[in-house]
Amino acid sequence: MTRLEDKVIVVSGGASGIGAACARLFAAEGARVTVADIDADGGAAVAGELGDSGRFAALDVADEDQWVEVLDAVTSDFGRLDGLVNAAGVAAKDDRLATVSTADWDRIMRINLDGTFLGCKHAVRAMKGRGGGSIINLASVYGRVGDGDSVAYCTSKGGVRLLTMSAARHCAEAGYGIRCNAVSPGFIDTPMVAGYVADPEVRRAIEKRHPLDRLGRAEEIAAMALYLMTDESAFVTGSDFVIDGGYSAV
Amino acid sequence: MGRLDGKIALISGGASGIGAAAARRFAIEGARVMIADIDEASGAAVVSEIGVAAAFHRLDVTDRDQWAAAVAATEQAFGRLDILVNAAGIVFDGTVENTSLVDWRRMMAINLDGTFFGCQAAVPAMNRGGYGSIINLSSVAGLQGSSDLFAYTASKGAVRQLTKAVAEGLARDAKGRSVEPVRCNSLHPGVIDTPMLDNFFEGREELRQSWLAGKPLGRMGTADEIAGMILFMASDEARFATAAEFIIDGGMTA
Repeated sequence: MTRLEDKVIVVSGGASGIGAACARLFAAEGARVTVADIDADGGAAVAGELGDSGRFAALDVADEDQWVEVLDAVTSDFGRLDGLVNAAGVAAKDDRLATVSTADWDRIMRINLDGTFLGCKHAVRAMKGRGGGSIINLASVYGRVGDGDSVAYCTSKGGVRLLTMSAARHCAEAGYGIRCNAVSPGFIDTPMVAGYVADPEVRRAIEKRHPLDRLGRAEEIAAMALYLMTDESAFVTGSDFVIDGGYSAV
Repeated sequence: MGRLDGKIALISGGASGIGAAAARRFAIEGARVMIADIDEASGAAVVSEIGVAAAFHRLDVTDRDQWAAAVAATEQAFGRLDILVNAAGIVFDGTVENTSLVDWRRMMAINLDGTFFGCQAAVPAMNRGGYGSIINLSSVAGLQGSSDLFAYTASKGAVRQLTKAVAEGLARDAKGRSVEPVRCNSLHPGVIDTPMLDNFFEGREELRQSWLAGKPLGRMGTADEIAGMILFMASDEARFATAAEFIIDGGMTA
C-alpha cells in the first residue's frame, strides 16, 4: 500500500530541483503526477522517468491562462485534482537593495509570488466541490529571516508565507476541504542554488550558515511535501514547515 | 517495512494523550518504546495494549535523577536510545495578576525543567548509539500570547527557544566529527482532544467552544494526528530538520 495511491497531483517547477524530487517521490508512492514547467526538455525528461505515472505540461507560472489550461486538462483527463505543489521559483545573482535591477525584481515577483498565487487560485477552483485537496507552496527560510544579499527573493518568499496562511483560512472558512501549507527550505542543492554557490568558497560559507553544516537535498524537502500531501496531515492547514538544517534558528 | 524499524524511543508522558498516541504509532512503525510517566496504572495499560515492543518506567519529569534512571532503563531494556519525545505537560489557566508563585513553579517544573532534563539525559545516550532525534512538545501557546494562559504560554514559549538553542549546540558539536548530529525540534499542537484538555475544560464546555469558534478547521485535533507528525520528526525522513518548529493546529495561528 503506497501513501499516495491514485492521487492526482500537479507540480509546478517539476523539471528540476525540489519540484522534480517531489514528482519522483509522489509517483513512487502511487500518485499520477503532472510535471509542469517552462523547461520543456527538462520537464519531459522527468515525466519520462515516471513512466505511466507521469506526464509533462508546459507552464509559465506567471501566465494565468496557462494555469487554467493545465489544470483544466488535468481535471478533464483524471476527473479531479488532489494536490498541487508550487515549486517553481527563481533567484537573482545581484539581489541587493541598492543594486538589484527592476527587471530582476519583477521576474522574481512574477514567478515566485504571482505564480504561487495563480496556482493556488486555480487549484482551489479545480478542487472545491470535488472532495478537497492539498496545496503546498515552497517558501524559504528567506521568508522567515532577512538577508541583505537576497532582498527581492526574501520579499517574495515572505509574501508566499502569508499568501499561504490567508488562502488556508479562506478555504477552511468556506468548507472546501482544501488544505494549504508552506514548506520553508534552507539552501538546497538544486540548479537554482547552483549558480549562487558555484564558487567553492561561497559554497563553504553558505554550508556553514546551516548548523548541520551542509546544503540540504531536494529529496529531504520532498519527504516533507509527501507528508503534507497525504491524509496523515488532515489537521494541518495554514502552517509553514521549516526544513533548513537549523539555518533560521541561529 | 516500518518507518522506524529498529529504532528505540523514550516517551515522557507516554501513558496518555499525545504521548500514548505516539507510543502506539511508533510501535506500529517498528520501534520499541519505553513509556515513561508518573501515572503507573495508565502506563501499564498502554504497554499491555502495545505488547512486547513496549515497556514502562515510572518517571517524575521534574526529577533530574529519575531522568538518568529512565534513560538507563531504556538502554538496558532495548540496547540504545534513538528518539526522545518530551510529551509530559500540564495546563491550567490564570493571568499574570492571579497566578500564584506556587502554581507558576509547578508549571515550569513539569513543562520546562522536565523538557530540559530530558534533553540533557538523552543526548549522551544518543551519541553512544549514533542516532538521535528529540521532539519537544510546545504548543500554539508557545507562538502566540494568551492573557488567560499566562504561565502555560510562558512555559511553552521557553520550550520553543530551548529547542533551538539545544539544536544549535548539538549541530555545532557534531561538526568536524563523522557523526550525524542529534536533532532537536519543537512541535506546536493546537487544541487537541486529550485527557489534559478534558480536565481543563471539565464543567465549562463553553470555553472549549470559544477556543474553536472562528478557527479555520473549527474542531479539535486528535492525538493520532499529532502522532503522525511526531513520527515524521522522529524518522530519517526528517534528517535535515533541526531547531525547527512544526505547527499542527487546524489553521489556528495562520
